[in-house]
Amino acid sequence: MAPKRIAREGTPTAATAPAVASTPSKITVKPSSGAQSWDQVIMSVYNYYQSQTPQRTKLIDVFMAFLVLAGGVQFLYCILGGNYPFNSFLSGFGATVGQFVLTASLRIQTTEANKADFPSVSQERAFADYVVCSLILHFFCINFIN
Amino acid sequence: MSAQSLEHLSGGSAKNSRTLLRVVILGFIAAAAVASRLFSVIRFESIIHEFDPWFNYRATKYLVANGFYKFWDWFDDRTWHPLGRVTGGTLYPGLMVTSGVIYHALRALALPIDIRNICVLLAPAFSGLTAIATYLLTNEMTTSPSAGLLAAAFMGIAPGYISRSVAGSYDNEAIAIFLLVFTFYLWVKALKLGSMLYGGLCALFYGYMVASWGGYAFITCMLPLHSLVLVCMGRYSTRLYVSYTTWYALGTLASMQIPFVGFLPIKTSEHMPALGMFGFLQLLAFIDYVRGAVSGRQFQTFLYTIVAAGFGVGLGGVVFLTYMGYIAPWGGRFYSLWDTGYAKIHIPIIASVSEHQPTAWPAFFFDLNMLIWLFPAGVYLCFQELRDEHVFIIIYALLGSYFAGVMVRLMLTLTPVVCVTAAIACSQILDTYLQRESPNAADFENQETDGADAAAATAKKAAKSGGLRATRSPYVGIYSLLTKGLVVGSMCVYLLLFVYHCTWVTSNAYSSPSVVLASRMPDGSQHIIDDYREAYQWLRQNTHEDAKIMSWWDYGYQIGGMADRPTLVDNNTWNNTHIATVGKAMASREEVSYPIMRQHEVEYVLVVFGGLLGYSGDDINKFLWMVRIAEGIWPDEVQERSFFTARGEYRVDHEATDAMKNSLMYKMSYYNYSSLFPAGKAADRVRQARLPDVGPTLDSMEEAFTSENWIIRIYKVKDLDNLGRDHGSAAAFDRGQKKKKPTKKRARRVLRLE
Repeated sequence: MAPKRIAREGTPTAATAPAVASTPSKITVKPSSGAQSWDQVIMSVYNYYQSQTPQRTKLIDVFMAFLVLAGGVQFLYCILGGNYPFNSFLSGFGATVGQFVLTASLRIQTTEANKADFPSVSQERAFADYVVCSLILHFFCINFIN
Repeated sequence: MSAQSLEHLSGGSAKNSRTLLRVVILGFIAAAAVASRLFSVIRFESIIHEFDPWFNYRATKYLVANGFYKFWDWFDDRTWHPLGRVTGGTLYPGLMVTSGVIYHALRALALPIDIRNICVLLAPAFSGLTAIATYLLTNEMTTSPSAGLLAAAFMGIAPGYISRSVAGSYDNEAIAIFLLVFTFYLWVKALKLGSMLYGGLCALFYGYMVASWGGYAFITCMLPLHSLVLVCMGRYSTRLYVSYTTWYALGTLASMQIPFVGFLPIKTSEHMPALGMFGFLQLLAFIDYVRGAVSGRQFQTFLYTIVAAGFGVGLGGVVFLTYMGYIAPWGGRFYSLWDTGYAKIHIPIIASVSEHQPTAWPAFFFDLNMLIWLFPAGVYLCFQELRDEHVFIIIYALLGSYFAGVMVRLMLTLTPVVCVTAAIACSQILDTYLQRESPNAADFENQETDGADAAAATAKKAAKSGGLRATRSPYVGIYSLLTKGLVVGSMCVYLLLFVYHCTWVTSNAYSSPSVVLASRMPDGSQHIIDDYREAYQWLRQNTHEDAKIMSWWDYGYQIGGMADRPTLVDNNTWNNTHIATVGKAMASREEVSYPIMRQHEVEYVLVVFGGLLGYSGDDINKFLWMVRIAEGIWPDEVQERSFFTARGEYRVDHEATDAMKNSLMYKMSYYNYSSLFPAGKAADRVRQARLPDVGPTLDSMEEAFTSENWIIRIYKVKDLDNLGRDHGSAAAFDRGQKKKKPTKKRARRVLRLE
């Protein structure tokens, strides 16, 4: 169960591109000599994640997983139930996608290893930016949902 | 007071005075940008120019008078007569809302200014802001202190931008270029810092840009292209992820708020690069994360599979969705940028606009003068340093110059990047020749002897001891005062010439309101030809409120704005068939066009005729486009071929074809025209043709108004004949053209049915 969850966490939302949705299946289907190394890849990613990720980042990851879930459910419902109020679907789905990437950005900016990439962004600044951008996002979504 | 604090003080004050100087210079540049756009207001008067701005002005007046909510769902029943236009959903509201906000803000400050003056002066005001935005953008590119100011100065007065932003040209481009440059600035800033806040701001300004101009598609394609190029260059960074995804997520939602755009960002091909890049970046971020987690060998297999599969499936998905019709293919206007022959063949209405023609070489020099040859040098300098933001400028330069080459109108989007790169090149020259300190003689000698080529050094030394006095000094090359003075002096001369050129071009070419035609009397004094407003005023005062006016679509907005009468078609060419209907009515015989006009409740028909004055933009010269557009819909009723003589000439004199002579447009243009001249002298000054002495007769309409110089002619459509005859026979009866010998034979009649 766990490796799958992680694979999903790292991947973006299921529907940002059809490309991405297919990645997990690629991992399992691949039959050639790579099968062995794929196992290793997944295992080492899992170990790396468990050992290297601080508690706070894991919390962010849980939120991202939840967003993926919410977006997936909405998308599924759109496929099954039709997309009649299309703006409602778009704003709901856009909210999850947007929140996902904003959270991912927050995760990137607050990770220690990326510190060199963001010399001008402190942890607090990253969080404040996150709040402002989320507010903008929600304003647009609520306006668009009618 | 210690020496150190003194030094600190002086350093601080130097910095302060530099800042002060910058602010003052930027203020002057903004003032110059505003001032150079006021030629037309000072020479003529403060009115709206051209055609499109009249609609924007009318919409702004509606917004100011009725409030925002009514403006948002404004159904305009005074255009496209039988159909009407859902204006709130078919315009970009940014321009109107901006001037509405300014109007109310000024009122709140107790400065009640007429909305017309705000509309007229909006473009100059925003050009000042554009100069400042260019300053900010250029400062992101280079560390040189002068480049930003130079770019701002270039942008402030470059004719390529002035042409669309003189006072009175109240068009979308007036604010769009500012938003374009500022959005690019925020994007570069966001990418540099990797800041979510700047990404969010970039999205907000992108949303504003979407609300103002259809050219926002340029940004939508530029940013993903830049990101893609960065990724392909191996410059993927977490900063790129943060800035791009923040921009895309917020910006797309922001753009969908505009009713005119609606769902387009996910349904049309123009927006697919942005979406594809968004997906691709997610993939890359994931890969980037995994790279930290696994060893190199494992990573190789992982990378290749994922990247290839992800990219392939994504591209295939987009192609498949487009093929299946879920995603709309390129719009005609956009597509004609790639396939330059497309519009001429398939959509004559796009090709008929003069701004959509390819640009000639002189136009580049005319609009940009010396910037056009500094432009490649600046791009080259960007290549030399090649940071992320320089890649942006290079891509922008490539795309911008391609589009400007395809379409005259897109010179506008090229101008900012030309200004930025030219400023980089220019400041590079100036910095090199102004700031380079002369090295110490000792250092110089050391360098010489340290050099690998010792033989050359000794040779030089020998020359130094015995050669010319000039070569004895080590301060040669760019260190000598003479060289510096020469280069800087010639650069200054070029800059001064640039200012002269810009002022001259602005004054002579771009500052004429097309509503008023100016000409010179023999003694040099100015003579104003004001036929347009004369005729529109006549319509406004002498026709009833709901009289429908039929004219070619060029004049639709002006009639709506100045005459305030309903029109059939206007410059918003959203319904091609309706325009073709008008084209058919103009190009057909009276018997054919009268029913068409009756069906559309037309009461007045307006034509523009420049034959008396030599005004070449008249309706006879546009007539072939009417025929072509009508032929596209009714190929067997209107044929372009029948308007040419047997030798393939387009003539209006006695050799004109029957179809030409009998067309409504010909008759309306030349009706009674020959009575102006003595017999045999009737001539058309535009076509340089001698006209037949007997002019055409009009049966189904009567002349209602002809302006002073015969530029505008207005005809009233006659009512049905009281006795039920058709207009041809009624008019013939009135003229007394009955046969001398009444025929005794009984006419053939048909059975009366009722």
